[in-house]
Amino acid sequence: MPGTIQSIERAAQALHLLGAVPEPLPLGELARLLDLPKTTVHGIVRTLCEVGFVVQDPATGHYSLGSGLADLGRAVDPHLLRARVSHWADGLAARTGLAVEVAMLRGPTAELVAHVFRPDGSPQRLRVGELVPAHATALGHVLLAWAPVASRVRELALTAYTPTTPSTHVALGRALQLARRQGWAALDGGLTLGTAGVAAPIHHQVGTAVGAIGVVGPSDQVLQPSGAPHPGLVEQLLAAAHATASTLRDRL
Amino acid sequence: MSGGYVAAIDQGTTSTRCLVFDHAGRMVSLAQHEHTQHFPRPGWAEHDAAEIWANTQRVLPEALALAELEVGDIAGVGIANQRETTLVWDRSTGRPVAPAITWQDTRCADIVAEMLRGPHVELFEQVTGLTPAGYFAAPRLRWLLDHVPGLQRRARTGQLAFGTVESWLIWNLTGGPDGGVHVTDVTNASRTLLMDARTLSWDQRLLDALDVPAELMPEIRPNVEVHGTCRVGLPGVQIGGAFGDQQAALFGQTCFAAGEAKCTYGTGAFLLMNTGEAPAPSARGLLSTVAYAIEGEAPRYATEGSIAVAGALVQWFRDALEMIGSAPEIETLARRVDDTGDCYVVPAFAGLFAPHWEPDARGVIVGLTSYVTRAHLARAVLEATAWQTAEVVEAMTADTGIAFTSLRVDGGMTTNHLAMQMVADVLAVPVERPLGSESVSVGAAYAAGLAVGYWPDLEVLRANWRRAATWEPAMSAASRRRGRAAWDRAVQRTRGWVVED
Repeated sequence: MPGTIQSIERAAQALHLLGAVPEPLPLGELARLLDLPKTTVHGIVRTLCEVGFVVQDPATGHYSLGSGLADLGRAVDPHLLRARVSHWADGLAARTGLAVEVAMLRGPTAELVAHVFRPDGSPQRLRVGELVPAHATALGHVLLAWAPVASRVRELALTAYTPTTPSTHVALGRALQLARRQGWAALDGGLTLGTAGVAAPIHHQVGTAVGAIGVVGPSDQVLQPSGAPHPGLVEQLLAAAHATASTLRDRL
Repeated sequence: MSGGYVAAIDQGTTSTRCLVFDHAGRMVSLAQHEHTQHFPRPGWAEHDAAEIWANTQRVLPEALALAELEVGDIAGVGIANQRETTLVWDRSTGRPVAPAITWQDTRCADIVAEMLRGPHVELFEQVTGLTPAGYFAAPRLRWLLDHVPGLQRRARTGQLAFGTVESWLIWNLTGGPDGGVHVTDVTNASRTLLMDARTLSWDQRLLDALDVPAELMPEIRPNVEVHGTCRVGLPGVQIGGAFGDQQAALFGQTCFAAGEAKCTYGTGAFLLMNTGEAPAPSARGLLSTVAYAIEGEAPRYATEGSIAVAGALVQWFRDALEMIGSAPEIETLARRVDDTGDCYVVPAFAGLFAPHWEPDARGVIVGLTSYVTRAHLARAVLEATAWQTAEVVEAMTADTGIAFTSLRVDGGMTTNHLAMQMVADVLAVPVERPLGSESVSVGAAYAAGLAVGYWPDLEVLRANWRRAATWEPAMSAASRRRGRAAWDRAVQRTRGWVVED
């Protein structure tokens, strides 16, 4: 049997200690209780702060357990995501003139948790709560590409809604691979011909996405003739996704 | 006028913000600083006006820098402010003579009681359209004159200036002791209890009734008008407008025609409806107020109903009952069930407000059975906001004879779709949310932009309004009647709870 990894063992000891004491601990006290040099302990708690398992009081500099531990295994609430994304989704719609949708993965489909109307005064219906097929939308591609469970893709029924729907596992796999490589997804006419979408992941924990934010509209307003999104669109999407992700880290 | 943008200063209860908007009314920049809340005694709530002015001077350049703009890019600046917060300053030193008494402060209860017993109640009602109450500015000014040593005497000499926060900021921006312009706008002035609602000027009889020296008073100006030119903050930029925050939101939501209404859902909720060209005094405990005045045009009026506890009930559910981890999660919990299980929550935490006005009432949860779970309670918490909105809307309709055809909403609680759907359901009209949640600042920016010619007219502003979401009513008339009747019974249970020992 291979030996234990010392740094993980020490980090666990530090967490146990911080969980056992009633008050935040100064670094020196923590080092004394762990019987380790201060510099070693400093490295450990700094790393734990980075991942959200430990917090440092900005006034005293003392350390205590962070909310990241309690949040382990708990999914991000869809309504919390809607509250946090709202400001950025509105800004995205105002600047692009396109409808904005935010989705989370529910089983094999994407559920819309937020929707901002295309700001052109035309009659539109609020689509929050609707389920959309993940393989046929840019939002769904992002959710699948950054899903914590990769096997999901094999469970999907790949209905061909249009001739351009990625309706084989090979085609879908290629699209997801491209999305992961470029950091966003675009799809033209996956569900309805003449309608295109571009979407980006809202990251929460390392490597996975809690949701996807995207713009949808007539293909020529979203994509250039080459098939690439209009200049600036991807940058604006990524900025909104990033800003939302950082507000998700602090709780209300 | 060379600038391509308009700025708004939103001086609120907790912070001072500067927002910059483009010609389409889109926000391009936001800077903000919070100020200290002082609670020196129970019921007292004060702000340091000097701190607010210092924060204003910080946010202006910060907002420009964030959007990589220069002062020359700004065509005009407008101000929206927390209403009824009262201060007096020395015209020669520019220093406040005492902390500003905020709208949340309740120290003036005795002064108001005396006003209500006194011989002038009817005069106040006739002239202002308002019944004296603790939230207006005049009782706060009277308190300062009574309690700051020498103030009454100095006030008569013209050394001192009274103002709400927009007066203070305009005076400072236009030079302060060195030629500062001492003005207020009609919406803020309409919340003092000293302005004639028809002539839009101070009424000498009311000033005399409260022994307020006229030398203290700012000049009352329309909302949309160039008040002066900034000498500091945004040097050379014209100040094109000022507004009390809720009227600013009504203007920002482009409710320019009689019958158009908006509700801002925050901790509390403020519902204002444009009532047209005549003041609409209320027989049902609503407040008659000026909606807006444009230079050279007849003023527009509004009726206002406030709900003291809206989002605050969700916060109570989160913090006091610890039922949820964050406010938005109430929607997740509430959606686990399809109805409230016939339970109702009436949040009369500090008595019943509009349209009941019963200070002796206290909150209740009624209809509890063993069937009721915390999910049902979560739903009842959200429904409470909807039913309270319905009560205010019914009172407005009864007062004015104007039927609601839709309601425009803004504020943090509009991200709660279940709550907004409930509002649409109980009002039986569509509820609409505009793109962007900054209606208050948009209103101030619109006033300034109109005054300096950045926007030509109200129609252009109306076209700037963009619908971001609509909630259509989906409740049957029978359920609405049943629910409304049950809510009335629940409200009955709150009455007369507080008794003298």
